[in-house]
Amino acid sequence: MKHVKTLTGVGNQTCENE
Amino acid sequence: MVHQYKNNGYNIVMDVCSGAIHVVDDVTYDVIALFEKCDLEDMKTKLTYTPAEIEEAYGEVEELKKEGLLFTEDNYEDYIQEVKERKTVVKALCLHIAHDCNLACRYCFAGEGEYKGDRSLMSEEVGKAALDFLVANSGNRHNLEVDFFGGEPTLNFGVVRKIVEYGRELEKMHDKHFRFTFTTNGLLVNDEIMEFSNREMDNVVMSIDGRKEVHDRMRPTRGGKNSYDVILPKFLRFAQSRNHQRYYARGTFTRENLDFSQDVIHLADLGFKQISMEPVVGLPEEPYSIREEDLPQIFHEYDLLARELIRRNREGRPFQFFHFMIDLTGGPCVAKRLSGCGSGTEYLAVTPWGDLYPCHQFVGEDEFKVGDVFHGINKPEICDEFRNCNVYTKEKCKECFARFYCSGGCAANAWKFHGNINETYDLSCQMERKRVECAIMIKAAMAEERENMNNGEETQQ
Repeated sequence: MKHVKTLTGVGNQTCENE
Repeated sequence: MVHQYKNNGYNIVMDVCSGAIHVVDDVTYDVIALFEKCDLEDMKTKLTYTPAEIEEAYGEVEELKKEGLLFTEDNYEDYIQEVKERKTVVKALCLHIAHDCNLACRYCFAGEGEYKGDRSLMSEEVGKAALDFLVANSGNRHNLEVDFFGGEPTLNFGVVRKIVEYGRELEKMHDKHFRFTFTTNGLLVNDEIMEFSNREMDNVVMSIDGRKEVHDRMRPTRGGKNSYDVILPKFLRFAQSRNHQRYYARGTFTRENLDFSQDVIHLADLGFKQISMEPVVGLPEEPYSIREEDLPQIFHEYDLLARELIRRNREGRPFQFFHFMIDLTGGPCVAKRLSGCGSGTEYLAVTPWGDLYPCHQFVGEDEFKVGDVFHGINKPEICDEFRNCNVYTKEKCKECFARFYCSGGCAANAWKFHGNINETYDLSCQMERKRVECAIMIKAAMAEERENMNNGEETQQ
C-alpha cells in the first residue's frame, strides 16, 4: 500500500501458550 | 471503532476491535476521519487534496476494511461473558510478609505498611499454609506466582527464605514451578539478600522515586531522615548483579513532581535499564494527589519521555519504561485482554495472619475479606463479583479505545473513588489512554527506523 503502513482463552503480556 | 491521533509527526490509526494499527499519510488520515460520515464524491468537496489522491487513499481504506483491518465491529461481549463463566484457578498470591516498614512514605496506601491495623510479621506457618492453599487451588496450572510484599519484606526476610525453601520442596511433589518476586525500599538490602534474590527471585522491584530531592521529600525514614543516599548505591549494585534483567527501579510521581520525565531520565542516567514511574493514587484532599488540571502537563511529560526513549534507543543506550511496553504482534488473546487483571479470582492477597483479600489494595477493608489460607474461601460471592467484572460491565470502557490494552483498569481504584468495582477512576483512565498512544507511537518510530536502515543497506548494495 502506498498510503498505509500496518504495524501489526495486559498490553505487554505474552500468552503462555505462545 | 477507530481511534485516530497524531503524535511526534506520526498519523496513527487504531482499529480498536481487530487490534490492527496503521501509520498513514495526511490524505488517508483525513479520509478515514470522514469515511463513515460521507461518500467519496462528498469527500472530494470537503478535503483539499487532489481528487486522484483522495480516490487512491479511499481505495486503500476500503481494502483495509474488506480485510478486517479497519472499522471492525466489536463482537466480543457475549464471548467474554462465556469466558467469565468458566472455572478459574488461583495463579498468584501476594504475601504480606510484613505489615511494618522502616520508611514513612507520605503517599503510602498501606499507611506506613500497617494497613489500618497493628504492626505484624507473617509467620513461617502462615507462609507455608499460603503456599499449600495456592497449590491446592491452582488446578493443573504449572507456573505459580508468589510476591513478597509489605510493608517492607526485608524486615522479615528469614521467613521469606523459609517460604521459598518450602516452595521448592512443593515443586517436586506437585509438578509446579514457583516464580517468586519481591519489592523492597532498599534500606536493609545487603549482599546476602542480593545473593539469595538473584538465585531465587524472578523479579525484584526496587522502590526509588527518581531525583534525590524528590525521593527524600516523599520517602523519609520513620525517624524523619533521608533515605536516597542509603539506598541508591545498593540498588545500583543490585541491578548490576542481576545483569540488568528481571528487576524494576520503580517510583511514584505525585503533583509535587509533575515533571516526572526528569526522574525517569535521572534513573536512566544513573544506569538503571528497567524503569517504572507510576502516578500516585491518593484521596483528593491530599496535597500530593494528582488533579484533573495536572493532566496536560502529565501528558506533555509522557510525550517527552517517549521521544527520549526513541532517541536513546537510536543512540544504542536504550532503557525500558514499564508503561510504554506493548506487544503489537503477539500479546495475549482477546479473552485475557477484556477480562481484567485477575484480582479476587486468580490473584489473592494474604495478610500476615493468613486472611485472604481480592488484592493487596483491599487489605484492611474488612468487607472484602474472602477467607483465609487455613480454611479457604468462605465468601465466594465476593469472588464472583470480581469474576464478573470486565470491560463490558463498565459503561465507560465500552467506548474506550484503550480497552484491549488496559483490560478495564484497577478495581481497587474504582472502589476507592466510587464505592463500586464496576466503575472506573477517570484520572487513571486518561493517563492510561495517553500511555497507550505513546507506546504505539514508539513502535511506529522503531518500525520507521528499521525500514530506513534496511533501505540504506539496499542502497549500499
